[in-house]
Amino acid sequence: MWRFVVGRLLQAIPVILAVITVTFFLVRIAPGGPFDSEKAVIPEVKAALEAQYRLDLPLGQQYLAYLGDLAQGELGPSFKYPGRSVNELIAAGLPATAELGAYALLVAVVLGGLAGVVASLKPNSAQDYIPMSVAMIGICMPTFLLGPLLVLLFGIHLEWLPVAGWGDIPGDKILPSLTLGAAYAAYIARLSRAGMLEVMSQDYIRTARAKGLPEWQVVTRHALRGGLIPVVAFLGPAFAGLLAGSFVVETIFQIPGLGRFYVQAAFNRDYTMILGTTVFLSTLIVLFNLLSDILAAWLNPRLRAQYGEA
Amino acid sequence: MPLLSVRDLQVDFTTRNGRVTAVNRIGFDVEAGKITAIIGESGSGKSVACYSLLGLLPVPPASIESGSAVFDGRDLLQLSERELRQIRGRDIAMIFQDPMTCLNPYMTVGNQLMEPLLYHRKVTRQQARARALELLAEVGLRDPESTIDQYPHQFSGGMRQRVMIAMALINEPKLLIADEPTTALDVTIQAQILGLIAELQRKRDIGVIFISHDLSVVADIADEIVVMEKGHVVERGDRQAIFEAAEHPYTRKLLAAIPAGSKAPGELPRDDLIQVRNLCTWFSQGRGSEPLRAVDDVSFTVQRGEVLGLVGESGSGKSTIGRSLLRLVPVTRGEVLFDGTDVTSLQGAALKQMRRRMQMIFQDPYASLNPRMSVYDTLAEPLLLHGIESRKTVEQGVLRLMDDVGLARAFVRKYPHEFSGGQRQRIAIGRALATRPEFVVADEPVSALDVTIQAQILELMLELGREYGLTMLFVSHDLAVVRHIADRILVLYKGRVVEQGTGDALFNSPREEYTRQLLQAIPGRGLL
Repeated sequence: MWRFVVGRLLQAIPVILAVITVTFFLVRIAPGGPFDSEKAVIPEVKAALEAQYRLDLPLGQQYLAYLGDLAQGELGPSFKYPGRSVNELIAAGLPATAELGAYALLVAVVLGGLAGVVASLKPNSAQDYIPMSVAMIGICMPTFLLGPLLVLLFGIHLEWLPVAGWGDIPGDKILPSLTLGAAYAAYIARLSRAGMLEVMSQDYIRTARAKGLPEWQVVTRHALRGGLIPVVAFLGPAFAGLLAGSFVVETIFQIPGLGRFYVQAAFNRDYTMILGTTVFLSTLIVLFNLLSDILAAWLNPRLRAQYGEA
Repeated sequence: MPLLSVRDLQVDFTTRNGRVTAVNRIGFDVEAGKITAIIGESGSGKSVACYSLLGLLPVPPASIESGSAVFDGRDLLQLSERELRQIRGRDIAMIFQDPMTCLNPYMTVGNQLMEPLLYHRKVTRQQARARALELLAEVGLRDPESTIDQYPHQFSGGMRQRVMIAMALINEPKLLIADEPTTALDVTIQAQILGLIAELQRKRDIGVIFISHDLSVVADIADEIVVMEKGHVVERGDRQAIFEAAEHPYTRKLLAAIPAGSKAPGELPRDDLIQVRNLCTWFSQGRGSEPLRAVDDVSFTVQRGEVLGLVGESGSGKSTIGRSLLRLVPVTRGEVLFDGTDVTSLQGAALKQMRRRMQMIFQDPYASLNPRMSVYDTLAEPLLLHGIESRKTVEQGVLRLMDDVGLARAFVRKYPHEFSGGQRQRIAIGRALATRPEFVVADEPVSALDVTIQAQILELMLELGREYGLTMLFVSHDLAVVRHIADRILVLYKGRVVEQGTGDALFNSPREEYTRQLLQAIPGRGLL
């Protein structure tokens, strides 16, 4: 098992390095720089600023210097928020984003898993078509449409929930979590339905029925585990996607999270901030993918044995 | 009074093409303490009949139209699902065909084994576990204490079937329904499982329904035999009556399908088409472990026009030899001379040229045909690839092949799922013959087929062999089948040739102990 984990972590290093390199040069190819503005800046001031942030060095040297800092865990100073480092900014934005992501994932797994399993038990009936149609709409509907719609209905029309904020008023975390989690819930519903249908047609389900077990025990004891393995394998990419994709929801609901810093950084050509966030998020993505792979393997005795030996 | 008495049972299926009657007003009895065999081809309704008794058919599409099934004084067909569940797994238990897929891969064997006991009886987990261990020992598992917490994939097919049997018997049922319990197993393992079922049945004095497509399988164990064809019971009787004085033509057809006798020795030119010298095919088992010696220093020759049979159980290396000859697996050492050329070192165009002359027919016609290619595509591909037919003439070539293998020309645009197993194997044979090969390796070509279909396919292969002047390597675990088709037989054990000779020589005077064991394992030996 450990060899598998260490091997996967080692494989991640070149991936992350490639992400850093591509991002580093891409942001610099983009027109404009961090200290361009509509007002003319005195050339001496601009030169001093660029020297301070090492922007006067040749590109290759800037790249090497950045990698050197990164090796020490240092993501560098932000260009737009003077006096604050990228590490601090990420640390400030991460809690809200992580919390939002976690709730959204919970929404996705519980709602999606339930809908998928329920639909799979009576395929091609109303019990199947209704949740699956809702799921299809969920997949098609973008968050920037779903968010305002939910706000309109529950916030303004029914006045049940706050329209914005994060941790200020009780209940203000519900709508953002729902908005962010909806598309993933829909996808998980489809995954779990397909997984369960596949498992329910297996011979060993017939064996379980022949033992006289009631149908709910056949489902919970014999089918769920195998049927939900695809969902587990999707959890890693899903959580990473939730973290990286939270920008729209954070903007709609005025949440002080990482996503807003990230997008702001891109507009501002805040090179270090863009790079820092990208590196941080891609590392998380790699880690979560690894985690869900391990979990999925652990749920399957056959794979468990394979990785155990490898 | 019989233990189970089925009367007037009719089961229909609603399909896209309308209603189909799968079981048509049948009746039979099962006595306590006796084994009743239900025999018939795929689609004869034998499994459907038994599943319907236990409420194991999906409703819809299935529906039970009429009938009664009185078991222990109660009509199973009138019980509610809840009442039926009380009987299922407690009074009536089942064993299924494929032990590889019938056990839950995500649960330990022990947990699956204890489940029926824990559900139906008031016992503690400790008591259930103790009982499970006893039963595992009784069905012949070595070291139950350590295997009970393993997962199914750690067991061989025969061992899994033993676990299935233990699971079925753990509640001491009064009736055991065994649905083709040995069809997926090797001949030697089949003999063990048949013996085990008969022994446990005698010991417990329970009733058994044994479903099979193969009369010879039940020849030694059945007391009563019910023969089904197309949803009807066409004949019923005790074993002796069926085997010695069958009246219905279908029963006689089933009896005739049992491969018996040897191929008549033909005149063969003494001309070796294939010479295999010291062939070794080893598979790496990862760093640090010894390689698996699937084929270990095997030498033999195949004469032009000869059918050479390769016999052995799973893991004997018989399939690997066939694949090595065709270079479908890399050969570790040794020579394979095909018409004087060593094929083990051929590359590129020369190898492609050689492959045209050597073809393979695989075991499972369900898996070896591409489901997205029609018969036309499947047969046209090799014809075009090897330049045997041009774009203009390929259609005629395909139709000729279909004639040869006995498929109606009208089926040319159909896809594999629209065919039965036997028809699919005909397609596979046609594909192999498309390149007009001189040599064909047939790897268990009939072991996935019903016994009657098996007889037809064997006939077809013998006929095409003569017509095409084929030399054939016929790989099978079933000695009776090989004896029927092969001129000479090699017996393999653990990657080595242990004995060779003509079918009659092996059957009448086997020299090696292992050959004797294989012969012992053939069900219904008395019939041969």
